Amino acid sequence: MAANNLKHALFCALVTLIISYPIIGFNLEIQGINITLTGATTSTIGMVLLAAVIVFLFQLFRDRIMSALRSLPNPLPQPRKEPMAENKRARIESWVLTGIVVLALFWPFFVSRGSVDLATLVLIYIMLALGLNVVVGLAGLLDLGYVAFYAVGAYTFALLSQYAGFSFWMALPLGACLAALFGLVLGFPVLRLRGDYLAIVTLGFGEIIRILLNNWTALTGGPNGIGGIPDPTLFGMEFGRRVREEGNTSFHETFGIAYSGEHKVIFLYLIALVLAIITALIIRRFMRMPVGRAWEALREDEIAARSLGLSRTAVKLSAFTIGAFFAGFAGTVFASKQGFISPESFVFLESAIILAIVVLGGMGSQLGVVLAAIAVTILPELAREFSDYRMLVFGAAMVLMMVWRPQGLMPMRRVHIELKKQE
Amino acid sequence: MLALEDVHTHYGKIEALHGVSVEVNKGEIVSLIGANGAGKTTLLMTVCGSPKASSGRVILEGRDITNEATSNIMRSGIAIVPEGRRVFPGLTVEENLHMGGFFNTKPEIRKSQDHVYELFPRLKEREHQRAGTMSGGEQQMLAIGRALMSKPRMIILDEPSLGLAPIIIQQIFEIIGQLREEGITVFLVEQNAHQALSLADRGYVLETGRIRLHDTGKNLLANPEVREAYLGG
Repeated sequence: MAANNLKHALFCALVTLIISYPIIGFNLEIQGINITLTGATTSTIGMVLLAAVIVFLFQLFRDRIMSALRSLPNPLPQPRKEPMAENKRARIESWVLTGIVVLALFWPFFVSRGSVDLATLVLIYIMLALGLNVVVGLAGLLDLGYVAFYAVGAYTFALLSQYAGFSFWMALPLGACLAALFGLVLGFPVLRLRGDYLAIVTLGFGEIIRILLNNWTALTGGPNGIGGIPDPTLFGMEFGRRVREEGNTSFHETFGIAYSGEHKVIFLYLIALVLAIITALIIRRFMRMPVGRAWEALREDEIAARSLGLSRTAVKLSAFTIGAFFAGFAGTVFASKQGFISPESFVFLESAIILAIVVLGGMGSQLGVVLAAIAVTILPELAREFSDYRMLVFGAAMVLMMVWRPQGLMPMRRVHIELKKQE
Repeated sequence: MLALEDVHTHYGKIEALHGVSVEVNKGEIVSLIGANGAGKTTLLMTVCGSPKASSGRVILEGRDITNEATSNIMRSGIAIVPEGRRVFPGLTVEENLHMGGFFNTKPEIRKSQDHVYELFPRLKEREHQRAGTMSGGEQQMLAIGRALMSKPRMIILDEPSLGLAPIIIQQIFEIIGQLREEGITVFLVEQNAHQALSLADRGYVLETGRIRLHDTGKNLLANPEVREAYLGG
């Protein structure tokens, strides 16, 4: 037992060294036109060694440490008590949600432009994650190419505005519908696939869309992307200093206030907020409708679901289409926010992050997904100094989540459906 | 009610059913018995349209359903209790039942639900429990109850006694008998030959994809060949 522990501890310490020394111990520096490799300072190397020693000691005495920890009183007592009454909890929940929404409505007027911009990005990710939640969390179809629908939405708006002069409000439903159409088209060939195979095909689809956008230079501008995407307007009022389009007025002149770049940022934020709320409400509605239960039934047992007369095709396609629709929504907002898009914004990593948000939040749980979207988007911004180690921290956070909350931040609580009793 | 006429079914190149003809009349209980791998489940799956028969016809209430989509077949007055129960483990008992009545209106669901609770009072007790946490017998009751939710005129049971305690098997078979009283046609596929045949009006013996024997349940029970092969002499 002791020898076994020693061996294991040595091995763990060695792995720590192997992983951390090359990452932290070497620096690439640009000198003139050359890149030189310099070793880190002795103190850094000392830290790496110290870390290895700590890992070694922890692994060596792990059993004792863990048992000591277990005997400590639990700082976060798990709610063992009876769950609150259903209607009471629903009431509290709706109050809290209303409060958050009201807060979110007024919040941008008191903070810096940068934070509002970031919050808009968070809202876009919330929309994406809520959409993917339908596909992965509810219907149980692992989609690794979700970013493709996001790209379709964004490029629909960009291309329509460039070639046909469409405004944001005209492009929004079109972008979402076109993304939904792509979801439908992708849905057909992948219906017969399950699990890993489905994941691979959707992954391929995501790449196809990106590479197509990258290489179809004549239409999409290829890697140069598309710029000059118009901002949304408010009843024909523009937010720029000068009016770009004939017939429009500018926001600051109409209201007789001084021009400020912040108006536009806040307006975009509010649009994203409203759209995110709409997304959440619509999907919530779907979850309570028979189609939502059909998604879950198909995820739980496909044969049983089919034996009850559910059509596998219809159920899977509906999940895919609805998920893609909201990705298109988010894509349009994203294009408008950035004003410039290129295929680089729609790489596989985006799909992975959105999926990570869904898993982190708890598959199928809307509130959890929203919280996870906030955490995943904001934390890297807060920890800018550590940006070199962002992926390391991200990975560590994922491992910790797996250990402590394998079901996600807020596991899905199944919506309970009750038929009215007939007296 | 249900008739299979010279049905051949293939899995890829392998032929699992070599021209099977079976008939189930309205109001009957018909049992199909056979050893492992004889093609019992394949026969049922062919009725459901997955896989489809490569030749021959499947006729349900005078309508040729050989090439219908599975989802259409399952919505036309026929219900199946699949092998191994297959309840939705994460859904509560009540929600499982509601899934069974997916294509019915709410008042209809309410009515069939009450009826199922009458047949299986045990399910009423467990109404809000997750189906995956119940015992095998309770899950089997739920699977049957779920199939009844669509108000089928005919119900197909695939090995309802699989892996259950003898006392539970007894209860399940009593319920099956009760279904006949209600006018539901029952097509029962079983390995548990003795019980299946004593309950049945008529029985078929399936052997390696062919119907070997066909007689009334009583006669089959007395048949020396059947006694030898399926009833332990």
